[in-house]
Amino acid sequence: MNLKVKYFGLIAEITNCSEETIPFSKHTVAEFLDLIFSKYPALKNKDFKVAQNMQLVNIETKISSAEIALLPPFSGG
Amino acid sequence: MHRYNRHIILSDVGLEGQNQISNAKVLIVGAGGLGCPVLQYLAAAGIGTLGIIDFDSVEISNLQRQILFGISSIGQNKALAAKARLEDLNPTIHITAYPEALTQNNALLLFKDYDIIIDGSDNVATRYLINDAALLTKKPIIYGAIYKFEGQVAVFNYKDSANYRCLFPNPPDNMISNCSDVGVLGVLPGIIGTFQANETLKIILNLGDTLNGKLLSYNAKNNQTYTVSIPKSDYSITEAAFHANRYLVPNCDKPIKQIDFEAAVQLNSVQFIDVRETQETPKLDLEHCINIPLHQLFESHDEIDKTANKVFICQSGNRSQRAIAFLEKLGYKNCYNLAGGMQSVIKNKTYNESR
Repeated sequence: MNLKVKYFGLIAEITNCSEETIPFSKHTVAEFLDLIFSKYPALKNKDFKVAQNMQLVNIETKISSAEIALLPPFSGG
Repeated sequence: MHRYNRHIILSDVGLEGQNQISNAKVLIVGAGGLGCPVLQYLAAAGIGTLGIIDFDSVEISNLQRQILFGISSIGQNKALAAKARLEDLNPTIHITAYPEALTQNNALLLFKDYDIIIDGSDNVATRYLINDAALLTKKPIIYGAIYKFEGQVAVFNYKDSANYRCLFPNPPDNMISNCSDVGVLGVLPGIIGTFQANETLKIILNLGDTLNGKLLSYNAKNNQTYTVSIPKSDYSITEAAFHANRYLVPNCDKPIKQIDFEAAVQLNSVQFIDVRETQETPKLDLEHCINIPLHQLFESHDEIDKTANKVFICQSGNRSQRAIAFLEKLGYKNCYNLAGGMQSVIKNKTYNESR
């Protein structure tokens, strides 16, 4: 399926876009991250959370929704 | 009550709601980009007791976004300057300024005096400190954070909801962050801080739907928002663990030694440590100078000569102070901050003649 992937903050600076569509043929969040890391190796050592359909997920979660977001911590004030 | 007429005529607020606002006690940690708009709206709304804690003082580069301050506030402590401005805005409320850093030593006692804690801090360490102290004292946190053109807002630890550690369990290794010299669109903290003030009032008034256990992300470039629910984790903390933890918050217990360029080059066995990012210019053209960007200090501080006199430098003298505060906690001694940073060095005659 085609995933609509949203990026925020420092993550969006690395991917150079705030949103893109990525074809995905596997199953889990871990497999999705492998794909993302091969596309953007600089994300490997960055801290972020993955959300699917506006819910936080962990790496074992099955991808069932077409909308994914990568959320890094912000610290500025 | 004429002052609050526009609140009172709202059927969702009324006289009863305005009294709830008057009885509320709210602590704002940080009177910076986020704290200023939060304080402005909460003082105007008539929050009966406002606490403001900030150790930092006003600099001219703050005025682009920290709207409570003016030229006359430069050099003053932010908590005290904000209190003075807010007392003119609303003299009917009680405001306490704490011109000090939030630390493990004062956080719990301070939080106990308030109903709601607002996180307007500008560094990762203080955010974890606020989170854990609020868990221990059972206070809701209205969280706000910004990065360049984007911001995050959330309500944590309210009605048994998730907290910041349910989202990001542990601080990154390099938990000293580079906030003061990362750019930010001036209006962005205004927007995010105003979101925080709104969530605070809704909690006090028990009104509408809050961002409890949810993280809202806002992008000022395209006006898009994204809200994610945060499941509650089983994280908990004891008071003993809280006191044993190393939060590494910026330290101002003892003042950091300042030095100018003339005096710095006269020091015996001196090492200059430039904590700017590697691409920042102008470069510091000196012998005995190393470059360790602030965010790499945690993993790379071994490169520093422990026995030397150490002079820390950045663009304007802010990040270098954070570096010193961090290293002093690790036991480093003989650290000096190059006052005014590289901006003052490039104007120095001795420096220019030596090149």
